[in-house]
Amino acid sequence: MLTNRSKVVSKKEMSLSERLYLPAIASGLSITFKHIFKKVPTIRYPEQKREIASVYRGQHVLKRDENGAERCTACGLCAVACPAEAITMDAAERKKGEEGLYREEKYASVYEINMLRCIFCGLCEEACPKEAIFLTNRIVDTEYGRNSFIYGKDKLVEKIDARIDVSERQTEKTIEFKKISLAIIICLLLKLRI
Amino acid sequence: MITQYLFYFLSFVAIFSALLVVFSKNPVHSVLYLIITFFSIAGHYFLLNAQFLAAVHIIVYAGAIMVLFLYVIMMLNLNKETEPHKSTMSKFAAIIAGGLMMLSLVAVLRGAEVNQMKASVNNNIGLTQNLGKVLFNEYILPFEVSAILFLAAMVGAVYLGKKQLD
Amino acid sequence: MTGYIIYQIILVVAIFTVSLVVALYATYGERKIAAILQDRVGPNRAGPFGILQPFADGIKMFTKEEIIPETANGWLFIIGPCIAMLTACMTGVIIPWGGTFELGGTVYSLQVTDINIGILYLFAVVSFGVYGIMIGGWASNNKFSLLGALRASSQMISYEIAMGMSIIALVMMTGTLSLGEIVKQQDDGYCNFVYQPLGFLIFLICAFAETNRAPFDMAECETELVGGYHTEYSSMKLGFYLFAEYINMFISSAVIVSFYFGGYNFPFQHELGLSGNLLTVIQTIVFFGKIFFFIFFFMWIRWTIPRFRYDQLMKLGWKVLLPLSMANIVITGLVMWLTGKIN
Repeated sequence: MLTNRSKVVSKKEMSLSERLYLPAIASGLSITFKHIFKKVPTIRYPEQKREIASVYRGQHVLKRDENGAERCTACGLCAVACPAEAITMDAAERKKGEEGLYREEKYASVYEINMLRCIFCGLCEEACPKEAIFLTNRIVDTEYGRNSFIYGKDKLVEKIDARIDVSERQTEKTIEFKKISLAIIICLLLKLRI
Repeated sequence: MITQYLFYFLSFVAIFSALLVVFSKNPVHSVLYLIITFFSIAGHYFLLNAQFLAAVHIIVYAGAIMVLFLYVIMMLNLNKETEPHKSTMSKFAAIIAGGLMMLSLVAVLRGAEVNQMKASVNNNIGLTQNLGKVLFNEYILPFEVSAILFLAAMVGAVYLGKKQLD
Repeated sequence: MTGYIIYQIILVVAIFTVSLVVALYATYGERKIAAILQDRVGPNRAGPFGILQPFADGIKMFTKEEIIPETANGWLFIIGPCIAMLTACMTGVIIPWGGTFELGGTVYSLQVTDINIGILYLFAVVSFGVYGIMIGGWASNNKFSLLGALRASSQMISYEIAMGMSIIALVMMTGTLSLGEIVKQQDDGYCNFVYQPLGFLIFLICAFAETNRAPFDMAECETELVGGYHTEYSSMKLGFYLFAEYINMFISSAVIVSFYFGGYNFPFQHELGLSGNLLTVIQTIVFFGKIFFFIFFFMWIRWTIPRFRYDQLMKLGWKVLLPLSMANIVITGLVMWLTGKIN
């Protein structure tokens, strides 16, 4: 009744034209014939791409800072925040001479995201205090095996010579919002402690 | 010349596959060999310029009756295990009957004249038009009688196939 | 004489090739038409507009692993698709693909052989076609295959009767069993469809049933019988079965056109004042145009009408089409008697 299109089933005797069955076939044929002239809604994917939002949440990227050092400090907040438990990481201490590679004294020696588990919710991005992980508008490639969907640092960390622009996602507003929320959380934690 | 070779070839195929019908263990194979036999017989009809008969032979025998045979055999799934056991007595009787049949055939063939019958009939009698004219003029009565026979058979089949009332 | 034989061989090879190519592209056409009727794109990757798709399919079929079930009946398992393919290709020789043409003083006909039992030959081949399905279904040693084969055979036998009956009315009218003669009689522009609309309808429906096409594709209805009679088949043997269906469709379209739609004739062909050879070329093109329309019609129906239930199928065949075709014979006879064609 919601659509007002429901029909009451009637067990009336069929009329002659209905029993002949041919008028019904003819009307069916005309319906299918009309579809020949309908516009095809298909988007031919590799050549033609569906327009996606600039803040689309697709494949992740681990950002580097202006000097090309990895921002991630392996704090594990993203893994904690992840509702799908898709993120795992191993932390390691920065050695002497590696200052150009890693920004902080601790860094992630292993950082893996299972793209089959990931639900692309973006909570990792929100949890990150170091502005290290972002979701981008790239679409995760198809693969043949399940193992190849576990993306390691080789695929996640952005290449030095091919930096990925995330300014759309990292506007002043979002940075401000993150700072405020972090402050609120710290206040709350302190309050609870006391 | 070529018709003669064809005749020998078709005869060989017909007799060979007819023997295989009898000797093959699997009933489905028997039916398939029988179909080959029918085809070679249809070939004989063609050699005799009886095209109508050849085509109808294939349509009716190979195309319809043998399909039904095959249908029934496939449905019943007959094989060696389900073959009924035959007693020694019936085997003995079958041998005697077959032997007598063979004997009488040999006797008849020995007595028959070796000279072939003169082809006194019209060579084109097997063509559809001529056959139709003959059937509906000279042989109208036997034709109609056989039609009635078929009708009776059909009525009988329908009666047997009908659900019993009680 | 030798020249004649060489010409005949060339013609047979040409017809064989043409029916294979048409069937090849009918598979492409089927997928494309299905897509268009359903607002999709269809195959478009192999070559421009997917035009090389049939070849890609063929290569795939040939290179697939060939599986013969252990319990299958080896020889019959192989013979099944062979018979299906053979009977599909056999009918092409009696169809008049065009008029005659003259080359170097000799007149050649585009019909391989105009045997005077053409229609009976057609029926003999059609009735033999059921063996390909039956043998394949039985030799697979699979319940679904067997059920599919039994369905196919009973369906084809049932519809053959109505088909034959509908043709008898046509034969009464034309007075000949030769296809070449039937087509020649229609060259005045009045095709047999005008005189035999009911017969045409019955023949068309039966043609759908005989080629095992939707809505009568009971033999392979995947929702009930997995794959029907070719459940156990793989590789090119499966390809042969599927391919035979398309050749059958092509040939039966040609037969329908020859019987009821004037074959290679087209209206006002004699008023154009064309020379013999040019006229023949145009006639052949027109003939193929009509055939392609009917192939399209087969596909159009397939993507419009849902499959019949088995009891509906049998009811339609025996209780509707058979009496109708008999009535058609009686009506034809009456009309011929009233108009003084027979006395």
